[in-house]
Amino acid sequence: MFIKPYGDTSDDGAVQLSFTLPVKNCGRAKEAARLYVQKLGFKKVDVVHATPLSEEFTFFVAYGKTEVGIDYDKVEYAEAVDKYMSMDEVNEFIKVHFKRKLVIVGACSGTDAHTVGIDAIMNMKGYNHHFGLERYPMLETYNMGSQIPNEKLLSFANKVKADAVLVSQIVTQKDVHIKNLTELIELAEAEKVRGKLLLVVGGPRVNNKLAKELGYDAGFGTGTYAEHVATFVAKKLYERMTNRK
Amino acid sequence: MTPVKSKLGLSRPKIAEARKLAGEIVAPVQAFIDKHTTVTIERATLRLLGADGANSDGVPVPNLIAAQCGDKLAGGAASFYLNALVKLNKTPAELNKEIEKGLNISEIEFTENKRVQKKADEIIKGLDARIAGNVAHRNSKLKQYKEKVKSPLIYVIVATGNIYEDVKQAKAAALQGADIIAVIRTTAQSLLDYVPYGATTEGFGGTYATQENFRIMRAALDEVVDKEGRYIRLVNYCSGLCMPEIAAMGALERLDMMLNDSMYGILFRDINMYRTFTDQFFSRMINTAADIIINTGEDNYLTTSDAVEKAHTVLASQMINEGFAFNAGMPARLMGLGHAFEINPEVKNGFLYEYAQALMAREIFPEHPLKYMPPTKFMTGDIFKGLAMNTLFNFVSKATDQGIHLLGMLTEAIHTPYLQDRHLAIENALYVHNTMADFMGEVEFKKDGIMARRARQVVDETIEMLSDVKRRGLFTAIETGMFAEIKRPRDGGKGFDGVYEKAPGYYNPVENYLKKKLKVGK
Repeated sequence: MFIKPYGDTSDDGAVQLSFTLPVKNCGRAKEAARLYVQKLGFKKVDVVHATPLSEEFTFFVAYGKTEVGIDYDKVEYAEAVDKYMSMDEVNEFIKVHFKRKLVIVGACSGTDAHTVGIDAIMNMKGYNHHFGLERYPMLETYNMGSQIPNEKLLSFANKVKADAVLVSQIVTQKDVHIKNLTELIELAEAEKVRGKLLLVVGGPRVNNKLAKELGYDAGFGTGTYAEHVATFVAKKLYERMTNRK
Repeated sequence: MTPVKSKLGLSRPKIAEARKLAGEIVAPVQAFIDKHTTVTIERATLRLLGADGANSDGVPVPNLIAAQCGDKLAGGAASFYLNALVKLNKTPAELNKEIEKGLNISEIEFTENKRVQKKADEIIKGLDARIAGNVAHRNSKLKQYKEKVKSPLIYVIVATGNIYEDVKQAKAAALQGADIIAVIRTTAQSLLDYVPYGATTEGFGGTYATQENFRIMRAALDEVVDKEGRYIRLVNYCSGLCMPEIAAMGALERLDMMLNDSMYGILFRDINMYRTFTDQFFSRMINTAADIIINTGEDNYLTTSDAVEKAHTVLASQMINEGFAFNAGMPARLMGLGHAFEINPEVKNGFLYEYAQALMAREIFPEHPLKYMPPTKFMTGDIFKGLAMNTLFNFVSKATDQGIHLLGMLTEAIHTPYLQDRHLAIENALYVHNTMADFMGEVEFKKDGIMARRARQVVDETIEMLSDVKRRGLFTAIETGMFAEIKRPRDGGKGFDGVYEKAPGYYNPVENYLKKKLKVGK
């Protein structure tokens, strides 16, 4: 099935854009903006708003129509888990299948000082009325906080015999998160814990695809709650356990 | 600014009780502070006496001196530096060059005390003139352009990592109407036990705070000041392991505001509590001497915990921050106590709670330029919803006469602000603030309505919490997770080894100068 953006009629390809050009606001700047959007491949370009941000910058809002479509059937993306369990279901699942608590260690590793993501998943209170992992009776959790060196994260995980490590990355400027996540994977590789310890990454600019590409077991982005992560961890560990038997 | 009567029906005796409790909480901590110094206090002292520069490995001169002094820091680093100036007959700039090349000033034989004291007096006189000059310059510009002063002041952040890019963005924002520019620091600078030297162009999620970067941004904003006919304030982060040194640099380079909290570093950066308490005192004396407004970090409590349930932790922390600041000689007009608009947008009547809490803060702290922080926790990437939330935040800020209004960005949770994001935020704030300019004076609230009840409840819970903190003592309260649900052991965290009990005969002419100027400690 081929699809295109829908503005006010099927397949019209309408797209809204806003951007800033490093030139003074004037008629020529606006024309440059229009031509630029055209150069991006849009037709019927309308620059509907232009305003100076300073003497050397102008902000534009523009609309254009694209002829580019995409074959939706050929888009591949695997969610970390097909169907999520609730907190109670996760606990029951762990109780029945593992007969012990699962140990989860979380941290913002590297230089990242933003704990809002890991806290949303782990803190007792959770986020948006979804309780955090600390509240799960069948989970033993450790939230190490921010700016944890990757070595320290792994050695702590080893010390408490963790089943899974959750690493949160909020700062993505200049792809600093990619570098840090790669370092963690390399360390895990060197210490031969990859494939044993579940490595899960979360963050606003993270998704499952990116995580897999980097070598993680799963990745979770915006809109993730504790039960999503808990479901993945429990099911994946169960899958590994049964495969081994 | 001072409201005639409480629109929320807040009880004056209860507020006084909370303040008294806070005073009793900080008193024993202050007793500890008075007997101690830290490695960064000594480095800040050296900086204010003229130590600057860095060696070829990038180690700053103040750190080189501190390393030379070792445990002798407990007696104060100043005497070594002053002695070297006297004995070698050099200016600070000349001496700094020698230290950069490897001169060890701790090995120089001591001259007479009298000559050291005379050198100290001479340098302190110059320091006082420089700081007073900065204050006078700021005040004259504020007076000259006073008709352009907005209320609340509009505060935006730049965070490119490159000071020269920051300059472009800061000037653009100032031209559009921003009154305050904060240059966010690079991630993890708070944990460096030194302040990098020189202009920098590499940082993640922010730009290194260096004295040269301060100077570059100050000069750029000063250009806008005269062009726009509006004073533009510059902000940086007086927090982390180098809190007093950043204060020193800010005082020298005419920064106007500093993020400076008495407990933030302990809770959110795992910096040792003795270190932080001692550092915040010295840094606040410097900020006060330079007439720099501090911004405290209570907004962080609400990003970590639930904003409805934990509202009282904000008020409790504001009271404690105020208590510590009073002890450092700081007047209320320099205390930008923090709070935030962070209630989950799904909460029914959440807006009423936000409004009540912001008005409550205004009524409890009538002379303080309150620092109000925008929604961040529930910003999702839906930029349009985000813009709507920011509009309500702008409304509450104006309706409660906040002093310092940090604008929300519609792209919060996506990326560091684009040039245009700041523009849209400023447009939004200017629109809201103008269209409801005199709204605050027009409204009153139902005596037992949702808002009045909410504010009273928060005050009651605050008193309960402060009583509990007082009973346990602040050190134990932090150890047991009473703030932000984070537990920090008293001898844990970073920077503990940099805390020294002052030796008998401890000498610090900068501290003496500050205490005398601010009438601190008797």
